[in-house]
Amino acid sequence: MISNKTKNQDLICFHCGEVCDNKDIHIGEKLFCCQGCRIVYELITDSGLDSYYDIEKKPGIRLFENPVAEKYAYLDDKLIIQKLLDFQDESTGTVTFTIPQIHCSACIWLLENLHKFHPGVRSAKVNFLKKEVFIVFSTDQLTLRHLVEVLASLGYGPEISLESLDQKKQQISSRKIWLKLGVAGFAFGNVMLLSFPEYLAGVGEIEPQFLQFFSYLNILLSLPVLFYSASDYFRSAFVGLKKKIINMDVPISMGMLVLLFRSYWEIISDSGTGYLDSFTGLVFFLLLGKLFQQKTYDSLNFERDYKSYFPISTTIIDDLKEKVIPISNIKIGDRIVLRNRELIPADASLNSTSAQIDYSFVTGESRLVTKYQGDLVYAGGRLSGAVAEFEIREEVSQSYLTKLWNHDTFKNQAASIISSISDKVSKYFTFVVLGVAITAGLYWLPRDAAIAWNAFTAVLIIACPCALALSIPFTLGNGLRLLGRGSFIVKNIETIENLAKINTVIFDKTGTLTSQQSEAVVFHNLSDSPLSKDEMLNIKTLARQSTHPLSYRIYQNVPGEIVDSVAQYAEEEGAGISGVIGGREYRLGSKNWLASGSDTLKNSDQRPELSSTYVAIDGTIRGQFEFINRFRPGLAETIKELQGRYAVSLLSGDSGHEIEQLKGFFGATGELRFEQSPAEKLDYIQAEQAHGKHILMIGDGLNDAGALKQSDVGIAISDDISAFSPACDVIMLGNQLRNLPKFLNFSSSCIKIVYLSFLMSFIYNIVGLFFAVQGLLSPLFAAVLMPISSISVVFFSTMATTMQARRKGIF
Amino acid sequence: MEVIFLLISLSLLLALGFLIAFIWAVKSGQFDDSYTPSVRMLTDDVPHTPKRMEK
Repeated sequence: MISNKTKNQDLICFHCGEVCDNKDIHIGEKLFCCQGCRIVYELITDSGLDSYYDIEKKPGIRLFENPVAEKYAYLDDKLIIQKLLDFQDESTGTVTFTIPQIHCSACIWLLENLHKFHPGVRSAKVNFLKKEVFIVFSTDQLTLRHLVEVLASLGYGPEISLESLDQKKQQISSRKIWLKLGVAGFAFGNVMLLSFPEYLAGVGEIEPQFLQFFSYLNILLSLPVLFYSASDYFRSAFVGLKKKIINMDVPISMGMLVLLFRSYWEIISDSGTGYLDSFTGLVFFLLLGKLFQQKTYDSLNFERDYKSYFPISTTIIDDLKEKVIPISNIKIGDRIVLRNRELIPADASLNSTSAQIDYSFVTGESRLVTKYQGDLVYAGGRLSGAVAEFEIREEVSQSYLTKLWNHDTFKNQAASIISSISDKVSKYFTFVVLGVAITAGLYWLPRDAAIAWNAFTAVLIIACPCALALSIPFTLGNGLRLLGRGSFIVKNIETIENLAKINTVIFDKTGTLTSQQSEAVVFHNLSDSPLSKDEMLNIKTLARQSTHPLSYRIYQNVPGEIVDSVAQYAEEEGAGISGVIGGREYRLGSKNWLASGSDTLKNSDQRPELSSTYVAIDGTIRGQFEFINRFRPGLAETIKELQGRYAVSLLSGDSGHEIEQLKGFFGATGELRFEQSPAEKLDYIQAEQAHGKHILMIGDGLNDAGALKQSDVGIAISDDISAFSPACDVIMLGNQLRNLPKFLNFSSSCIKIVYLSFLMSFIYNIVGLFFAVQGLLSPLFAAVLMPISSISVVFFSTMATTMQARRKGIF
Repeated sequence: MEVIFLLISLSLLLALGFLIAFIWAVKSGQFDDSYTPSVRMLTDDVPHTPKRMEK
C-alpha cells in the first residue's frame, strides 16, 4: 500500500522513538516498531491519556521482554506482600516502587494518572529524582501482583529485589535535617535582630535593662540550637573521641562549647553580651552544607549489593505441583523450574536433557553455554530458551558466587575507617589551636587574669573550623554533581579523594574495552555461489523468529526490510532454527546440526562452536556468520593518555586470542594477564596494593565484583545506566570511556581546590587569631568574620570546581 | 520605651508561629521532593480526554 523504498531513518516508532524496520505495525498514520509498543499505545489511548504523547515526543519505553504470565507470581506470597507494602489495613495498601525507567515529564504524568488504567488505584505520586512512585490502592479491588503487572504492561515494570525487601525507610532522616535547619535559622535570625542594637551603639547608649532583656532572650533562643540543631556534631565528636580519632567535629564542638560557655558566663555575670549570634549562625551554615551534601547524594543513590541482582523467588516442584517460594527458603535437593531469561538462584544440576545458559552476568562473556543432563550449573547464570528443571546442590549462601562475595573484602568495608583529608587536617588543627590558646593564656596569666581568660577562649572561638568543615562538602559535593552530569556517577566524596590518589589503572576486557552493542557480525561465504540479496533478507526474516541472542544480533546487523513470512518454523534447543520462506528451507545453527540435518549434539564430544553460526539453504551449507568483539572507539588514545600519568594494565577472564591487538593498545609497558578467575583478579590487586600501589579497576561483570571492591576505586562500566552494575564506587557510561583521563584529572583538581580553600580559611583564622591572642574579640568582629569566612570559602570552592569542570570539558 | 518589651515579645511570638508553620510543612512531606512538583505543574492543564470509541 505504501512505497517500500523509504529510508529506515524516517520510520520512527510513535511510542518509543526507536527506528522501525518496516511499516507493518501501525494504527492510522502512526507507526510502531513492535507489537509491544502498539499494545501500550492502545492501552494508553483507550484510557483517555493521549496527552502522554503531547507532553514529550516519543516518551514511551520499549518492552524488551515478552510478558511472562508467571513472572510476578511471587507477589501473591503473603510474606513478600507484607515486606513490600509500606502500610496495609482491610481495604487500603500503600507501596513505594523504584522504577528506573522514569525519565521525563510524560512519565510523571502517566504514572500519576494510573487510576485511569485500573479503578483499584486510588492515587500515585512520583518522586522524579529518586525515580520512585508511591501508590495507594484498594486491596480488595487490586492485588499487589496485578498492580505490578499493570505497571509492567505500560513498560514501567518496577525493580523489586531482595534488597528492596530488606530496606529500611530513609524518608525520616531527610526531614530531620530540614527541621534542624529550620530551628537553627529561626534562632539565627532572631538572635541577629536582638544583637543588632549593640553593634551600632557605643557603650552606654542603650539602656542596660534592654541589653539584659535581649541577652536573656538570646540565651533562650540558643538552647534549641544547642540541644537539637547542633546535637549531631557533639555526638559525632564524642563517638570519634571514644574511638581515639580526632575528626573534624572535635574542633567544631570544642569551639562551639567554648563559645556558648563564655557567652552564658558573660551574660549571667553581666560583663558582656556574648557571641550567641556567631554560634547560631555557625550552626545554621554548617547544617546548610550538610543539606547540600545530602541533596547531592539523593540523586546519585545507587548503593546496591549482589542481593539486588538476585531474584526474590523461584518456582519449585513439590508433590508434582509448581509452587512459588522465596529464594531464602530453598533447600538442597529441591527441584526448581526456570523459564527463559530467569536467573539460576543457587548452584544446581540440570535435570532436563539440555539447556543453554547465559553466563554474561557472571563472566561478562555473552556466548551461550550448553549444558546437558547431570551437568553442574552455577548461580548467576541465566537460562536461555525453553523451560528447564534443576536440582539444587548448594544452598544460596554456599554458592560459588556468594562465596566470592562473602570474601573478606566485602566484610571489612563497614569496619574500615576512611582516613579522609579532613580527619587528617583536623587532628593537627586541633592540637595547634589548643597550643596557641594555652600559650596565649599562659602569656597573659601573670599580667592580667581576666585578659588571660579572654585570650584563651577567644582563640578557641575564632579558630572554630567551620569554613574548613564546609569546604569539603561544597568542593567535593559540587565535583560529584558535575561528574554526574558527565555520566560519571561517583558514590561519595571519599571516592573523589581516592581517585586523586591512584597511580595504577587496571582494565577488564570483555564489556569494558569491548562493547556488546558495537559487536560486529561478519558473513563468510562458504559455497561457490554468493548469497543473493533476497536470500540474505530471508535469513534475517528467519533470525527474527528466535529470541536467541545470536539470532537477534544477525537480525540487527543484516540490512533491509523483512517482506516474507516464515512457514513451518522450528527451533531446536542448543542447535539452531529452521523455517520455510518462499518455498525454500532455511536453516541457521551449528555446523553439526546443519550437516546432518538432525540433532547430534547430545554427544558431548561435539559441542557447538559458539562464536559462529552457519547458514544452510535447502540442505547445503552456504556460509557462516562470525561474531567479532569490537573495541570501543578512541581506546588507543585513552590508554596512551592514561599511560602518561599511570601504570596501565589488563586483567581478563578470556583466553589470550586477541593478545596481538591488545599489545597494540597497551604498548610495551602495559602488563597483560589472561585467563584470570575472579579470585585471581582479587589476589592480584591485593598483591599490587601490598606494594603500595593505589589501584583503579574498571570492569563490568559480577566476576569483577571482588576486584572492584578490593581496588581503591572500582569503576563499573555500563552501556545502559539503569541496567546491571556490580558493587562499585563509580558507574560510568560505556561511551564515556574516552573521557576517563579528563575525569581523573578533574578529581585531582577538586582535591587541589580543597587545599586552596583550606588555605583561605587558615588565613582567616590567622587574622582572627592575631586579635584573639591579645584578648580583643568584640562580638561584632566575631559575628562578621565567621560568616564571611564561611560564605567566601563556599563561594570560592563552588565557583572554582565549576570553572575547572568547564575548562576540562566534563559536561 | 517600655513598649519595646511588649513589641519584641510579640515579634518573637510571630516568628515562632512561622517556625511552627515550617515544622508542620516539613512533617507533612512538603520538603521530601523539591523537584517533581516543578515538573508536575507543567502538565496540570493537560486535558484528560474521555474514554472514546474508535469511529
